[in-house]
Amino acid sequence: MSSPTDVTAPVAPATHQASVRRHAARGARATKARVLATIGGFGVLAILTCLLAPLVGSTHISLLRAFDRTIPFADNVDAQIFFIARLPRVLAGALVGAGLASAGVVFQALLRNPLADPFTLGVSGGASVGAMLAISFGLSLSVGPLSPVPLATLSGAAGAAFLVYRLATTAGRAMSTSVLLLAGVTLNAFFSAVIMLLQYVSSFTEVYRAMRWLMGDLDIGGFTPVIAALPLMAIAFVLIAFLPSALNQLSVGSDAAASRGVDVARVQRIAFVSASLATSGSVSLAGPIGFVGIVVPHLVRLIVGVDHRVVLPASALFGAAFLVGCDLAARTLFSPVEIPLGIVTAMIGGPFFLWLLVRRG
Amino acid sequence: MPLSAQHVSYTYTSRRGAPSFALRDVGLAIERGSLTGLLGPNGCGKTTLLRLLAGIVQPHAGTVTLDGRALGSLSRRAVARRIAVVPQETHPAFDYTAIEMVLMGRHPHLGSFALEGPQDVDIAHDAMASTGTDHLADRAYMTLSGGEKQRVIIASALAQQPDVLLLDEPTASLDLGYQMEIASLLQRLNRERSVTMVMATHDLNLAASICDTVVLMREGRIQAHGATGDVLDGDAVKRLYGVEADVRFHRDAGHLVVVPVGRAR
Repeated sequence: MSSPTDVTAPVAPATHQASVRRHAARGARATKARVLATIGGFGVLAILTCLLAPLVGSTHISLLRAFDRTIPFADNVDAQIFFIARLPRVLAGALVGAGLASAGVVFQALLRNPLADPFTLGVSGGASVGAMLAISFGLSLSVGPLSPVPLATLSGAAGAAFLVYRLATTAGRAMSTSVLLLAGVTLNAFFSAVIMLLQYVSSFTEVYRAMRWLMGDLDIGGFTPVIAALPLMAIAFVLIAFLPSALNQLSVGSDAAASRGVDVARVQRIAFVSASLATSGSVSLAGPIGFVGIVVPHLVRLIVGVDHRVVLPASALFGAAFLVGCDLAARTLFSPVEIPLGIVTAMIGGPFFLWLLVRRG
Repeated sequence: MPLSAQHVSYTYTSRRGAPSFALRDVGLAIERGSLTGLLGPNGCGKTTLLRLLAGIVQPHAGTVTLDGRALGSLSRRAVARRIAVVPQETHPAFDYTAIEMVLMGRHPHLGSFALEGPQDVDIAHDAMASTGTDHLADRAYMTLSGGEKQRVIIASALAQQPDVLLLDEPTASLDLGYQMEIASLLQRLNRERSVTMVMATHDLNLAASICDTVVLMREGRIQAHGATGDVLDGDAVKRLYGVEADVRFHRDAGHLVVVPVGRAR
């Protein structure tokens, strides 16, 4: 702020030096340099993961050759495998990972509960019911680039989110987070009963398909599903970008936030809508993949502290890298057999989270 | 009058839909620079009145004005730059450091995307210094003792640089030592920084020791408002709480003390 030549600076030189020393001593505070460094660090990690993950698989390819523009694309097998076979899946993984991780951060602050995740409020239950209905009844309705199952998933997720929202809001009043939580948990239980009922009345093949969907999967077979989910996710990310400061205030308490100038009802609305959109888009793309939304934010907090202006972008980027990494493991660990992605994230995420709980408890 | 309420009513709706008044036609003018105690039994509307004065909720009838302008006509940030609130207890959901908690008080002075600059950090450290918490800056807020937490929260309210500080039973969960500490801190801040303060409290001796003015509330209405020495007496305690009390000047303490004697018959 005040440089030595700044004669209008109200601080005396001695105090100024003392204050510089004081600033230098603070490592944990969010400064512009620290936010940029964190975003840069996690950004490089995410980009590297997305560039390197497509190189690994049943056929090994070279990054240099894949990006070698002197070879015509039609003759460049490495480029074809990189861009057509593997990149869509990696990009979908990055999008879903970023979406679920940032939705997790937003829900945890909105509900003032570090154990909340993107699926706490029934969004995944609604999505699963949608997917089950589409699979069991062989729905063939598609809109634009959205094929039947993702479309039904999206509708189910949005329906559940809308229902929970209506239950927890009374006109003109701030959202009741306890009603939100209870309604979400109850809806999840209700939806899982519906899912079991649908499985009970479905044929064996349909049940298998549905089970497979519930395990999560990024094998999307091309760019179309990514492009279909992109607008929704983009809206969600833009809305989420407005939230970090207000989420800090909200996580102290809604009255505290209001007394610091936050429009609590409006922020809660934006937080709920954006996180639900990100979750719905993610689930429609990859199925209900657990643990990303809870493990990634907590891991990031261990590294960078709890200020949402750092945690939110870092979680989105680390979520992308984490899910792409997990998918890489799912594809290659027991190659040629592929393990469903939801199993990998839960098997890595579950024990890790327990360790975290025990360590911090 | 920086802060005043005119004909303010606020209603809670019960589950059966029957309205129950929390505040009924309340008029109150807070003198600039005063330290006003808000006294009354549980459920008399003290907290509701503080929330209305802070603009956290809007009255169902009447207006709350800050320097003559209705709070509802000001932006939330504009109100927060003038009025800060210290609640009874603060439990953040995440493990913020003390300095982070204090810096959050700068929120109304910053844009949505702005980070605190060196000037904000200096203001925060200044606030921590005057509440004796600067040495705790890098400690995790949740690991602090009750008294330290409350002093950090008061620092975060000071970092807001308010003209008016509203406190809701700031010493209720503290032991006697911390109560005295917070009391003298508030008195000092009121004098040195000329911050107008309104403090809801059940602690009549705290009010008697630091408040120059007291407001007595009962069943959503204001019963009396005046200089502590004029208003706070045995009769008032009996009316508010149904308790016989001996209220007298204590020469060593230098202020009125209230000794409850028994339930009034």
